[in-house]
Amino acid sequence: MPPHLDQAPPAGSLAGQSQRTLWQHPATGWLLAILPAGALIYLLSLTGRVAAGESVILSLNWVPSLAVSFSFLLDGLSLLFAVLITGIGALILIYAGGYLAGHTLLGRFYFYLLLFMAAMLGVVLADNLITLFVFWELTSLSSYLLIGFDHHREEARKAALQALLVTGGGGLALLAGLLLLGNIGGSFELSELLQRGDLVRGHTLYLPLLLLVLAGAFAKSAQVPFHFWLPNAMAAPAPVSAYLHSATMVKAGVYLLARLSPILGGTEAWHYLVTLAGAATMLIGALLAFPQTDLKKILAYTTVSTLGGLTLLLGLNTTLAAKAAMVFLIVHCFYKGALFMIAGAVDHETATRDLRELSGLRRFMPLTTLAATLAALSMAGLPPMLGFISKELLYEAKLEAPRAAFWITSAGVLANVLLVAIAARLLLRPFFGRQTAMPQTPHEAPVTLWLGPVTLAILGLIIGLAPDTTAQYFIVGAVSAVRAEATEVKLALWHGINPVLALSVLTVASGLLLYSFRRLLQRATQPLSGLARLGPQQWYEWLLRGLNGLAQWQTRLLQSGYLRSYLLMIILTTIGLTGYALVSRAALPPLPSLPVAQSYEWLITAIMLAAAIAVVRAGSRLAAVAALGVIGFSIALLFVLYGAPDLAMTQFAIETLSVIIFVLVLYKLPRFAKFSRPGARLRDALVALAAGGMMTLLVLAVTAAPLCSRLTGFFAENSLPAANGRNIVNVILVDFRGLDTLGEITVLAVAAVGVYALLKLRLVKDKEG
Amino acid sequence: MIMPSLILSVAVRSLLPLLLLFSVFLLIRGHNEPGGGFVGGLVAAAAFALYAIAEGIAKVRQALRVDPRTLIGAGLVVALGSGLLSLLQGRPFMTGLWYQQPVPVLGKVGTPVLFDLGVYLVVVGIILTIILNLAEE
Repeated sequence: MPPHLDQAPPAGSLAGQSQRTLWQHPATGWLLAILPAGALIYLLSLTGRVAAGESVILSLNWVPSLAVSFSFLLDGLSLLFAVLITGIGALILIYAGGYLAGHTLLGRFYFYLLLFMAAMLGVVLADNLITLFVFWELTSLSSYLLIGFDHHREEARKAALQALLVTGGGGLALLAGLLLLGNIGGSFELSELLQRGDLVRGHTLYLPLLLLVLAGAFAKSAQVPFHFWLPNAMAAPAPVSAYLHSATMVKAGVYLLARLSPILGGTEAWHYLVTLAGAATMLIGALLAFPQTDLKKILAYTTVSTLGGLTLLLGLNTTLAAKAAMVFLIVHCFYKGALFMIAGAVDHETATRDLRELSGLRRFMPLTTLAATLAALSMAGLPPMLGFISKELLYEAKLEAPRAAFWITSAGVLANVLLVAIAARLLLRPFFGRQTAMPQTPHEAPVTLWLGPVTLAILGLIIGLAPDTTAQYFIVGAVSAVRAEATEVKLALWHGINPVLALSVLTVASGLLLYSFRRLLQRATQPLSGLARLGPQQWYEWLLRGLNGLAQWQTRLLQSGYLRSYLLMIILTTIGLTGYALVSRAALPPLPSLPVAQSYEWLITAIMLAAAIAVVRAGSRLAAVAALGVIGFSIALLFVLYGAPDLAMTQFAIETLSVIIFVLVLYKLPRFAKFSRPGARLRDALVALAAGGMMTLLVLAVTAAPLCSRLTGFFAENSLPAANGRNIVNVILVDFRGLDTLGEITVLAVAAVGVYALLKLRLVKDKEG
Repeated sequence: MIMPSLILSVAVRSLLPLLLLFSVFLLIRGHNEPGGGFVGGLVAAAAFALYAIAEGIAKVRQALRVDPRTLIGAGLVVALGSGLLSLLQGRPFMTGLWYQQPVPVLGKVGTPVLFDLGVYLVVVGIILTIILNLAEE
């Protein structure tokens, strides 16, 4: 059953329903598409300037003291990606409106999709490494929400979690790598780092830095051995697959490699790591794609293969390879985006995505068939599609690879032969085969569903016929950015008769031959997919199970559910850690001779001691609370005596309120009784004495050392001129350390929500009982 | 739950406005003299708690007009907003901005005062949320 039919959301409230009709209106997708379309038009208006070699930098202060700024850079490379993201994004929004029409949570889906779009734009436009990282992780988070959109299906939840853990985990490695890069390069701005490649490559920490960055990029772009999450992510609705898993998110890793190649590239380590990972991914993806029968799974594995191909090209690090990579990137976005949308439309119309059940769709869905034909031709690399140009460039770049050109070219040919055969499988029988019964008799998909694929497929044709315009406006700028030098690019459909063309002919012929022997081959490759089950997917599951086991074990160990155990644990830990530090780091202070104190100080101390004893010995809760109050007010008195009016005032107010709250709580408690046995009471007394003794030692140790804080002087001097206030305490709270206070009140607010929930929970239980 | 007392309720009727005024006074003078949003909020919450003891919870809710939980949210928004204002001027988040001319009664006005107001609202909201819900049966 297709994912959109088995929704069984609980009936919404009235408010939910009114919202539902608004979001479910067919025009909403079209309206929302105006957002990315507007951004696209704006970006296109900048192409002239960017193609001329200009870059647009926009910078906002964020945390200037840490060299983190909210800055953006638009050069040829970011422009190419941004245009693809917004352009395809607009089509996807329209498509999603049709694909999920009538879905209760369509509004939420639009929101996630727009969130993702913004995050992705942030990644490709960011100039500051930290800004880039924030957007990078935001793409992981929003894709988590999108992949798990059908959250009542376990498969979708698992796939979403897997994608999040793999790409998010890679993101953490990336963060470490980016911090290293910023520190070594002396700047977090890409625009500055791009000129300091030699400095970075010559540094002793270059290799760890490279490995960390590559881990992030490879995880995101599903390179071996991280490739397994991408096919699983096909649990997402078709618009997500089309957008995230072909056109955008998975390309973020490729973008990062392209972006950083002038800084990190050109070394042996880069060459071997990137090229090998790319080649392995390219071949494994193509081989695994071949035996699949689910349309989306096939497309997913070929996407993995393509991502490998792109990575391989970036590893070669030649201008020719960069050119081929950029063209290949555009082609892939076009045909794979189109094919994914077509897969969704076919699924929508026939209620199946299984290649064995689909046949002869041409009669029912002519427009979709047109789009599918053009896209498959592009995928197979046949003229006059852009895919042909791209494949020629690929071969050209691989033939002139600086190392192991023969092996790289052979791998490329093998992968492409498989792609041709797969394209034939996708196209020939499902669309042009003879008619058979399908689970549901199809009609042509509505305009929302065919508009996207047809547009993308025709664009692939038009650009294939007139490639040079695209080259001048988009590819020149992108290649120049990847190579960090001005380059020229010429694209043409016809190159004359040369080795590259011969390879092309060989590829197509072998591909078609492979297609005609597909049944034989599928049986031969079947064991392969069994082998794949022993791969990284399995390691991931072991790891996840281990992690869950660990969590359960420590939960059983620590979380007894008794407040007294928690208190005991917290106090003992504090005594242990602080006591250890006190003994090992600081010499124990000499016991001071009894300080000379005023008589009223003695009096207050005596009152506090008496009250403390009264708390412990009290026979009723009310008496204990009152005695505690005495201690609190006495401390407030001490604050007054030692010249801390702010603290005293706060202490008075807090004491008053806590007595009120205590009384309110007491009112609800059962009759006072002594629960603990003498043994437990003795233990508690020992723990309490240890805690008190340690605090005393700590205070003595602190006061024994002369207090010379630079901070006091700083705050005293700067409070009035810098923050306009004479009350240092308040100035620190609301100005110098205002962010801390903001955090604290947020924590307080969250705690209050927790208390509120606890109280309400109890009340509801009371009512039921 | 609490026995009404005539003396208490008469006293509270005049004490409540005075205490609230005092709490606002503490809030505003906090930047230069002892006081501030936290203490001010505590005093205001104590005032309402006193009112609750004298007149009951329903009266307090009536006098507040909004649910204390709304105050928490509003306080957080005000505090965050005061920090965001400086971003609009192209300066780092939470840079203190001051209005140069002193305003009568309030004294100097700037975003830290607004931030303190946020703290005040959060504190009042939290304590009243806890007290009112505890006291309600």
